[in-house]
Amino acid sequence: MSMDDRKYAKSHEWAKMDGAVVVVGISDHAQQELGDITFVELPAVGDTVAAGGECGVIESVKAASDLYAPVGGEVVEVNMALEDAPELINQDAFEAGWIMKLKPADVAELDSLMSAEEYDALM
Amino acid sequence: MAGFGGFEMPIQYAGIVSEHEACRGGAVLFDTCHMGEFLIEGAGAVADLEGLVSCTVASLAEGQCRYGMLCNEQGGVIDDLLVYRLGAERFMLVVNAGTQAGDAAWIRSHLGPTTRFTNRSDDTAKVDLQGPQAPQIVQALLGDAIVGLKYYRFVQTIYKGDPVLLSRTGYTGEVGVELYAAPDQAIAFWHEAMAAGAVPAGLGARDTLRLEAGMPLYGHELTTERHASESGFARALAQDKTYIGSTVVQDEAQRRQALIGLTFEGRRAAREGDLICDGHGREVGVVTSGSYGPSVGSAIALGYVDKTLTEVGTPLMVRTARSELSGVVSELPFWKEGTARKRPPSWQENGGDTSSYT
Repeated sequence: MSMDDRKYAKSHEWAKMDGAVVVVGISDHAQQELGDITFVELPAVGDTVAAGGECGVIESVKAASDLYAPVGGEVVEVNMALEDAPELINQDAFEAGWIMKLKPADVAELDSLMSAEEYDALM
Repeated sequence: MAGFGGFEMPIQYAGIVSEHEACRGGAVLFDTCHMGEFLIEGAGAVADLEGLVSCTVASLAEGQCRYGMLCNEQGGVIDDLLVYRLGAERFMLVVNAGTQAGDAAWIRSHLGPTTRFTNRSDDTAKVDLQGPQAPQIVQALLGDAIVGLKYYRFVQTIYKGDPVLLSRTGYTGEVGVELYAAPDQAIAFWHEAMAAGAVPAGLGARDTLRLEAGMPLYGHELTTERHASESGFARALAQDKTYIGSTVVQDEAQRRQALIGLTFEGRRAAREGDLICDGHGREVGVVTSGSYGPSVGSAIALGYVDKTLTEVGTPLMVRTARSELSGVVSELPFWKEGTARKRPPSWQENGGDTSSYT
């Protein structure tokens, strides 16, 4: 079950408002599909990303997958803990395994994402 | 689950990394029933096998096995295999699943009229128990028949009232055994070994473990398109005998590339097919296997490069689909703390000697 306090993209990222920023990670379903995550290429703080644009890479033992920004905006913080401990995403995809925080260009973009119920129904 | 050599096989049970770590620190079980087993028997068996496989056969003692390759006339690798000497004129060959049917046809077509070939693959089950805890689990299940067994030696013993063959071999870099048995016995062994603390491991961990151990995987490092000598597994390639393909394999002038290990600075992995470049950006080779190495702690790869670039420490670049990775040529195996050749602590008092690798 995905957490219902946030929204989800078809490409398996979650986005959650936290004050003025949007926290982004990947869903628990996505981490299960990837298997043991061994490397995360994070965007740089200050990068501007577009909704749906590539902004990083997640590698597992099995394969590499692109990370897409669920909403557009400026990257204001990245989860540096993932550099040495990418397995945090496997252990806790919704909290400790967050990937980046964005200052959203348009908060309304969140509305076009799916609810947890809609996302889980797709899986 | 994934298709592999005509079998449906698990990529993972609990997770690739946890299974990998269980093998380095404890004991894991691999279901390797997909592998093929052939019996070769008769007065001409030694001579026929000498002409077929790249390793020396005549010098094998009964109870000893050896790694070798089956080559075509061009020196390409049809398969890699283990040759077990069961008796003076009796051998078992253990081959890969995907190549089994082709191997059988090739071997049969090259045997003399008095040499018997029997394909035992369908009624031989195989389970690998690997890891530092494996020796004591085997002892608990099968008694002391295995105690003192050297690397690349085997014993035939009784388990659950029927004969089994246990060799001190494996594909992980850790100490362990490969068990050849009837299907019911293999299932019983699997359950008893699990009850004794071993955990099941899938193809994913098998691949990361063998990669860290610098061992080749057929279809990746070894193919019919590449000369056996380029693989560098010199121990498997006898210099002093003639076998199919040997004139090419033994001709240094025909060896253009060599297999190398590459270690990367970070965790990001090179993948099969990625190009290897030198300092000037010139293509000098290709990656054949690559992954994050859980025990090594960085990304590692095997690949072929021009034979002038194989010196340890040579910096090379790998072009992946997403970036360029800086690597250096590294000694194999990547994982240097493997227990495969070491004397298991539980055998100390029995004086098991594990000094030889033949």
